[in-house]
Amino acid sequence: MTQQLDLAGVSDVLVTSALAVLSLALVLYATAAALARTGAARGPRVLAPVGGVPRDADDQGRPTRTTSGRATSTGRAALALVMLGTALVCLAVLARGLAAGRAPWGNMYEFGLTGSAAVSVAFLLYLRGREVGGLAAWLVAVVLVLLGVSVTSLYTPVDDLVPVLNSRWLVVHVAAAIVSGALFTVGAVATLAHLVRRRRGAGDDDPFADLAHTVHLAAFPIWTFAVIAGAVWAENAWGRYWGWDPKETWAFITWVLYAAHLHALSTVGWRRGASLLAVAGFLAFLFNFFGVNLWIPGLHSYAGV
Amino acid sequence: MESQESRASGAQGVAERPLPGLDRGTPSKPPSELVAWARWAWRRLTAMRTAVVLLILLASASVPGSLLPQRGVASDPSAVPIYYREHPDLAPWLDRLSLFDVYSAPWFAAIYVLLLISMTGCVVPRCARLWREVRSAPPAAPRRLSKEDGYMRGEVDEVEDALEAAARHLRRRRFRVVRHGAEVKAEKGQVRELGNLAFHLSLLVLLVGVAGGRLFGYEGRVAVVEGSTFANVASSYDALTPAPWADLAALEPLELTLDDFSAEFETEGPRFGEPRGFDATVSYSSAEEGEGTFAVRPNRPLDIGGTKFFLTGHGYAPELTVRDGNGDVAASGPTIFLPVDQTFTSDGVVKVPDARPTSLALQGLFLPTGVEGPEGMGVSAFPGLVNPIVQLSAYTGDLGLDDGSPQSVFTLDFTDLDRVERNGEPWRASLAPGQTVRLPDGLGSVTFDGVSPFANFQVARDPGKEISLVAAILLLGGLTTSLAVRRRRVWVRRGDDGLLELAGRSLSRRPLPPDELVMLATAVGLSGGTDKRREGER
Repeated sequence: MTQQLDLAGVSDVLVTSALAVLSLALVLYATAAALARTGAARGPRVLAPVGGVPRDADDQGRPTRTTSGRATSTGRAALALVMLGTALVCLAVLARGLAAGRAPWGNMYEFGLTGSAAVSVAFLLYLRGREVGGLAAWLVAVVLVLLGVSVTSLYTPVDDLVPVLNSRWLVVHVAAAIVSGALFTVGAVATLAHLVRRRRGAGDDDPFADLAHTVHLAAFPIWTFAVIAGAVWAENAWGRYWGWDPKETWAFITWVLYAAHLHALSTVGWRRGASLLAVAGFLAFLFNFFGVNLWIPGLHSYAGV
Repeated sequence: MESQESRASGAQGVAERPLPGLDRGTPSKPPSELVAWARWAWRRLTAMRTAVVLLILLASASVPGSLLPQRGVASDPSAVPIYYREHPDLAPWLDRLSLFDVYSAPWFAAIYVLLLISMTGCVVPRCARLWREVRSAPPAAPRRLSKEDGYMRGEVDEVEDALEAAARHLRRRRFRVVRHGAEVKAEKGQVRELGNLAFHLSLLVLLVGVAGGRLFGYEGRVAVVEGSTFANVASSYDALTPAPWADLAALEPLELTLDDFSAEFETEGPRFGEPRGFDATVSYSSAEEGEGTFAVRPNRPLDIGGTKFFLTGHGYAPELTVRDGNGDVAASGPTIFLPVDQTFTSDGVVKVPDARPTSLALQGLFLPTGVEGPEGMGVSAFPGLVNPIVQLSAYTGDLGLDDGSPQSVFTLDFTDLDRVERNGEPWRASLAPGQTVRLPDGLGSVTFDGVSPFANFQVARDPGKEISLVAAILLLGGLTTSLAVRRRRVWVRRGDDGLLELAGRSLSRRPLPPDELVMLATAVGLSGGTDKRREGER
């Protein structure tokens, strides 16, 4: 028992450290943006690495990156901190799982914690080889918010599961939901960035749109799997595979909205609408996590809050 | 309704997909207005844009069902009546719009039926086209290959050998390759279209599976007290919801006895009293599967020939023996009390119509762990049986059982009942197991013999669920294939100037796999040529 308590405490300390490291990364990103902007005022062909739209681009429409050295090295330091923060969150998830002696996603806090780790890892993986460095700060902000809300509002001490959750399907179903949710998050942030850049003249070949598309292509089948696994589990636990429980309904709405998004991408003149549909799908996913868990009674009331 | 654009397969008009046979050629005589209208409507309905709009409608139409209470949604059967009571003016209007049965509402069905028709109208012609494409050779290279992706041009020692090497290389990489004169044309990833078709058609299969359950299945609920036996006939159920065409006379013939029920609860920490484990050991005998015993637990249903028993709840059945004024036993045995809170405070009634000199009714509150609460009221502190207490009050008069109208076994009809009083105060008694209390005025006595647990079983039979599972597997496989596989074409040929040129084209939104053409170029010995790869990239 004492060992369990220790590990849970270790997990909590790791989460706090990760919050600090990621906050510092966010500060560095802001500094890098400021430095780059100062540089942009001096030199002609400079791109702000955070957020903004390239004012200058080379003849092939790709932004050039000849930012002042300080901005670049600050950005690099920020990225290193993001990696450190990600490692800390991952270790926190591991410690939590060991402390509980089960998959660490049995209540809302654990879902938020593991989800933060998944978002960070997914983003770091997709960041490589893409001209989307400007997203880093925004994604770090999203992870900070998710982790912060989990710690402050959703925290629950390590405990055993209620009997109906005690199933192998918990591992499969919820893990798939976490992975696809993390990818949806990266996709939504990239889509929002693309929508902003669209208003400032970016076209369909925007690397942000490309990232969003790649991520959604991976996320959608995983989400489909999560829903199907949930249905199989529901059949085994409640005697019906689909019962329009609020959780199931919102999973369905999320699925349909992302399906609409993928179809709209292939429809002439619907590219902006497609992006909006992806954002709507993500909002439905968020509502399913926060809204349905906290406000709507149903069979999936395992928030533990 | 492919979720990806295919540039080359005649699908510039992905949005306005023409149906083969409808647009081609000039009809011998001008079609009537009705036919023209029908064609227009069909083209509209099967257009991708319509599909997107219908999907958005489907998502929006699902929302109210999660916010308003629904009939037949498992969490709380009394939610709709409660809503009626709280909003007496609004509720009937919502009901008229089917907003308490959203998922079986006609307007909801209209959306998904239109969506499925739209999808079928789009997918079936694609099936035909795919079949033709699979049987025919990959199409010839466009005249100006330099406009395609990853275009490369250069000198090779022997063009003939290079073309042969290209064909070999591409075949090894599972391309469909055709050599035609001085040109190698190849295509890969048609399975993507197959996946796309499988995905969309699986939705139709899913509809069949869902309909199977909705038309032929049934769901029931039954509470079984430890030691008693349930026989699977319609009248034994506490509640039974059959589908319109379910044959209730032909329920699986079986009997099920609850031999033992045990529940465990958290005994320390902040989650004190939370459930930690349930175990219902049953023995069954069925005509088809013979006899056996099984431990039903959450996530571990008992399946007898497709009829499944799920443990969904439990509670306590106090055993009360009622002797009437003549000293005769007028009622005995366990009575199911329904839990009303987390600590399993339960209430129930015992109806004793045969008591003499007058019919009796007892209303009781059962506390598994009775402790003194505020204002001297007994409350239950823990869901387990630590200090079982039953608190009773009594009524005399007409129980209303003889007029034929159905009555719940869990509530009393107070219209013709009088409360039993002692010294002007309502009579109450609080009993521990083994204790007996005398009723006032020589009405009789009540003995609390003990407590038996009962288990609540959800019983379900869904003859469509295997079909639905197959559909789901097909759906997932098809979807993954259609999103993960990149369909593309590659051409290698001798240009007019005698140089070897090669290029590719992606038929999906995603670009060609990086390096695929570079490796091909290396394989055919093309190097140092004009690398125009970058130009082709997006």
